[in-house]
Amino acid sequence: MASLQLHRVVKRYGTTAVVHGIDLEVKDGEFVVFVGPSGCGKSTLLRMIAGLESVTEGDLLIDGTRVNDVSAAQRGLAMVFQSYALYPHMTVYQNLAFGLENLGAPRAEVDAKVKAAAKLLKLEALLERRPTQLSGGQRQRVAIGRAIVRDPTIFLFDEPLSNLDAELRVQMRAEITALHKRLGTTMIYVTHDQVEAMTMAHRIAVLRSGNVEQFGTPLELYNRPVNRFVAGFIGSPQMNFLNARIVGASDAGLRVLLDAAPTGESQPPLPIDGSAKTQQRVMLGIRPEHVAIGPTSGPALALTATIERVEQLGAASFLYCALGGGERLTVHAPGQVAFESGTQIKVSLPVAETHVFDTGESENAFRRR
Amino acid sequence: MASLAGMLTARRGRGAFDWTDWFSYGYLALGLLLMFGPVAWLVLSSFKSAAALNEFPPQLLPYGQKTVVVTGHEIPLPLYRVTLPDGTTRELAEVRRIGIQATLVDPKAPEQEYKVNIRDRKPVREFQLALNNYIEIFGKFSFGTFLWNSVFITVVATLITLLFNAMAAFALSKYRFGGRNAVFLLIISTLMIPPTIILVPNFLVVSELGLLNSLWGVIWPAVATPTGVFLLRQYMLTIPDELIEAARMDNASEWRIFWRIILPLSAPALAVLAIFSVMWRWNDFLWPLIVLSRTEKFTLQLALNAFQGELTTQWHYLLAMTVITLLPVTLVFAFLQRHITTGIAAAGVK
Repeated sequence: MASLQLHRVVKRYGTTAVVHGIDLEVKDGEFVVFVGPSGCGKSTLLRMIAGLESVTEGDLLIDGTRVNDVSAAQRGLAMVFQSYALYPHMTVYQNLAFGLENLGAPRAEVDAKVKAAAKLLKLEALLERRPTQLSGGQRQRVAIGRAIVRDPTIFLFDEPLSNLDAELRVQMRAEITALHKRLGTTMIYVTHDQVEAMTMAHRIAVLRSGNVEQFGTPLELYNRPVNRFVAGFIGSPQMNFLNARIVGASDAGLRVLLDAAPTGESQPPLPIDGSAKTQQRVMLGIRPEHVAIGPTSGPALALTATIERVEQLGAASFLYCALGGGERLTVHAPGQVAFESGTQIKVSLPVAETHVFDTGESENAFRRR
Repeated sequence: MASLAGMLTARRGRGAFDWTDWFSYGYLALGLLLMFGPVAWLVLSSFKSAAALNEFPPQLLPYGQKTVVVTGHEIPLPLYRVTLPDGTTRELAEVRRIGIQATLVDPKAPEQEYKVNIRDRKPVREFQLALNNYIEIFGKFSFGTFLWNSVFITVVATLITLLFNAMAAFALSKYRFGGRNAVFLLIISTLMIPPTIILVPNFLVVSELGLLNSLWGVIWPAVATPTGVFLLRQYMLTIPDELIEAARMDNASEWRIFWRIILPLSAPALAVLAIFSVMWRWNDFLWPLIVLSRTEKFTLQLALNAFQGELTTQWHYLLAMTVITLLPVTLVFAFLQRHITTGIAAAGVK
């Protein structure tokens, strides 16, 4: 078990920087997920931690010791690759034993550890098979087993579930979470799937083009995204973003006017801090599951929307609506709804659930109260 | 057996033989004759006695004159079918021949002698394998030494070729270093230099190293082949880097990665190179001819050459030795041919 610290870690290929000075601290026993769109540098960051890529600048510390120049083998970490990277010419047993043999462990110890890992991952019946004779889920388990037998201080996972079908992915997700509970080892997990991130992580680091946009617990990211990127990345379907401008600020909160809102109607203030640079353009964000159809009890912004498409999932319904001015609004309604496309509905956006984002380059969120 | 018959009577479509079928079979038969005919001729001839080889017109199968043991004579006598003056034909054994007069006896009643004109007797022939050709070469001309020299050079050179070329290919395919492509191009570009051009410099180097008349003088200059490096490198490029990274995470040293991961996974390409290397070294003639001048260091190919005397050539021994010389390459092909196609295909396409 170990903690991990990154201090201003930079990765450059030639003159192109792909990781721009990341600061991050992973506590002992924590399950941290790096999430972000493809090309955001999350895999590079993981490979730097693993020792498979060199660190151009900055410090990488494991348990307080700088390991920049320590080879991958000596860092005592284990990694599960996206393609599993099982040795195709070895049996499952040999795959699991390879790392221990390289350490020069005695045969009896190797055997005991392999058997223990196989038991933990229900691989006992498969030990004599070769990877090509295994299903995707089984290969995944062998890859994890190969990591476990070496008692690593930190587990690294590089998109381990992306090659599995949806059902198996849910199952493996639960298995990895259970494994973490059982072993209590620090785990760092890279994925582009925010659902995986939300369900598994203690803390999530959202990355975009080589920068950590936000690092926090799943609910922090969901409830208090620091910018529009994080707000849009976390949650499915994506948060709605509506053009608006600030019309006033007071102790009661921020007053904004949605472009799509009917003119002349007075709107309640939002519980958000902000300077009243009058007429400043902003983005108002609200998650589909917070948009209510019809009036609500609390203060809310009212809008009229035209339903374009309805998706009925049984337990929930998604209404894809058009607002005036070409804007779109997705509504996540619980249960089943009886609307046809083309119908005009009144929706309310409860002010307590709204977010306001700068329209500048940073697209930072205004602080919520 | 059934599948063989099925293959040999395969037709285009389901109907009767089409003209394209006749054409295909004709073409294939011609090809078989052209390719396999000389080899078959060689093998059959190697079983002929020296006398049968000099016969004209030549026979396809090895025939020899039938002999018979007759009491009162130490060596077996050749048997002839004789037309006697009274018009009857009998099989008689020839005792001696003087001019055109031959003296023959009946093997069952050797007391009575018949004197006939040699035109009236025809040799009785039977299918006879002159196995002595093979047996005798092992006794004569230190054939065992030549065979050992050839086998030693082929096996050792092939093993070293595989190891060295695989190491070069591993570095060129899996490590990133400055000048990697330049090195690779340099290696490949040596393919354009004909071996005859570097023959003299090579000889001088080998001579300076004191390797003349040593089998190692044949082995060392041959082990680094650009073809082998190229073949293996292309194949190793298809081995996912993640496997190597996984092995690094598994504490494997670079040598162990090479030995335990890269080599086993390159087996198809290694098999192809092994076949090539065995063929090259086994059939190599010019370089051994230059390096090895003492008879006891001769390879089989050099020995074959030495058989062609200035005045006479002992064809029956030469042919038998040629067949033995062909065997190893044939066997290597027979057992590894599956890998040639899969290996070459995989090295190119995958």
